[in-house]
Amino acid sequence: MRANLSLPWWAWAAMGAGLVVFAVMIGLTVKRNRGVHRSLFASPYTLWMIVFTVIPVILIGYYAFTNASGAFTLDNFKNFWDSNYESNKVILDVMGEEGAAYITRGTVNVDTLVYSLWMAFKCTVICLLLGYPAALFMADRNMKLGATLVVLFIIPMWMNFLLRTIAWMSLLEDSGLINTFLKWLGFEGVQLMYNSEAVLLGMVYNFLPFMVFPIYTVLSKMDFRLTEAAADLGCNSLQTLVKVTLPLSLPGVISGITMVFMPSVTTFFIPRVLGGGNTMMFGDLIESKFLTEGNWNVGSALSLIMMLLILLSLSILRKVDPNGEGGGIA
Amino acid sequence: MIKWLKKCYLGLVLVFLYVPILVLIVQSFNAGKSRAKWEGFSFRWYTELFQDERTLNALFVTLSIAVVAMIVSTILGTLAAIGIHAMKKRPQALMMTLTNLPNTMPDIVTGISLMLLFIFTKVERGYVTMLLAHITFDTPYVILSVLPKLKQMNRHTYEAAMDLGATPGYALFHVIIPQCKQGIITGAMLAFTLSLDDFTISYFTTSPLVQNLSTLIYSSARKGIDPSLNALSALMFVALLILLLIVNRRTANND
Repeated sequence: MRANLSLPWWAWAAMGAGLVVFAVMIGLTVKRNRGVHRSLFASPYTLWMIVFTVIPVILIGYYAFTNASGAFTLDNFKNFWDSNYESNKVILDVMGEEGAAYITRGTVNVDTLVYSLWMAFKCTVICLLLGYPAALFMADRNMKLGATLVVLFIIPMWMNFLLRTIAWMSLLEDSGLINTFLKWLGFEGVQLMYNSEAVLLGMVYNFLPFMVFPIYTVLSKMDFRLTEAAADLGCNSLQTLVKVTLPLSLPGVISGITMVFMPSVTTFFIPRVLGGGNTMMFGDLIESKFLTEGNWNVGSALSLIMMLLILLSLSILRKVDPNGEGGGIA
Repeated sequence: MIKWLKKCYLGLVLVFLYVPILVLIVQSFNAGKSRAKWEGFSFRWYTELFQDERTLNALFVTLSIAVVAMIVSTILGTLAAIGIHAMKKRPQALMMTLTNLPNTMPDIVTGISLMLLFIFTKVERGYVTMLLAHITFDTPYVILSVLPKLKQMNRHTYEAAMDLGATPGYALFHVIIPQCKQGIITGAMLAFTLSLDDFTISYFTTSPLVQNLSTLIYSSARKGIDPSLNALSALMFVALLILLLIVNRRTANND
């Protein structure tokens, strides 16, 4: 197979020039004792991040605050609040005051955002309730299986997540395994697919490991003598859990919440497959603004709103865990 | 008793995680195309897999991008980590913010922002743009796995090497890099798996003509997945498992 390497000439020229400059710099550092300072090793990365992260984010801002002809406008944000904004404006222009009676606010964008936040919240809570005990039991020193269990939690993630989600379809659909089994037992079939419960199931299924790992990491590093001390000083196991283990594992919990909540708000594949288009989530909405409607300006405004919401919730979470000790998957 | 209950609970959670995978593997041996009905055991989808050009193309795109992105981001990230480590406090904090930025951005926003960049600069989306996007999201993970190793390192060893007459280059390759080898390997593996599994960012940064496995699966999800895709992912899954076992053996023997 031949890959299509279609980049404009100036992109290749810029990359080449960058490489040459960097090679010379490294050569200087490596050869002479008084070469360039080692901190310059980070310069290609800095350049890369400016081109491929900082500028793209600025572009989102640019598109969010301009209209199709490139002039500054706030219409895209008004459109978020009222998706009928454009048509309402026309009605008012044509009919004047009388038009007010024909105007309705299009609430689809706000509703979708609220619904996504609610779904993500439910998913995070379920993941926490399911994942915390799992992490706690894995970190239990008597289990002796900790490391193996971690691997067992990682392995499913090696299978393409789209296929795994689609595999749930064959379990849940009307002619699927669960319904076939129910009918075989003599029960009525149940509608399991294409509703928000199915989407929630898919989300919990996909994001549960992201809750378990950070909590497990923190718990397994915890000084187990603290729980023993608590027991010696007269705490029963519930008190030890609430007063010692839980507070100490808070950084892991925070990190887990972030890692589950963020992808939950923005997922668009899971609702497409398991929700069958009956449930629209915010990621869905943004994707369709860009790729179906081709309305980049409104799409950018929606992305910006979502980014701000996430940054806001992250900064609140940071307050609870100022040192960021939670750690990630690694 | 309590220990038994704990094991039961963990077992149930693992069953929840593994059921779809099991379903998928069983389906890949189903003679029929139906998702629900078992029509007998066959290797049909495994043989069809190797004749299906679209799937093989997607496999090639996925693997080649994962490998190239892993190599580039490991070099870029390791150098960056060494550079960031040598920085003064202020610029270091700035660089760490920059490095953490992609982690705090949802995938969909990363994908869209890159798509806007390519549209804005009139670069046609395809193989190269997808590769650039993968390097972009891989590199911060490499840095985040190398940096802790650098921090653990005794900084005097580097100075000692210099005092004993090593050039900075010699000290770099013989003192610094060997000491953070573990972090570099972890970072590279993380980059490879992330790239292999990515859907959202690839989806926005490629054209329908150049598809990796994820975007191919997505575009065929509505018409019904071709069971040969199940067969392929079952094969990849088993390959990764075997790889894991080999690595495990190796490290066990080394200990």
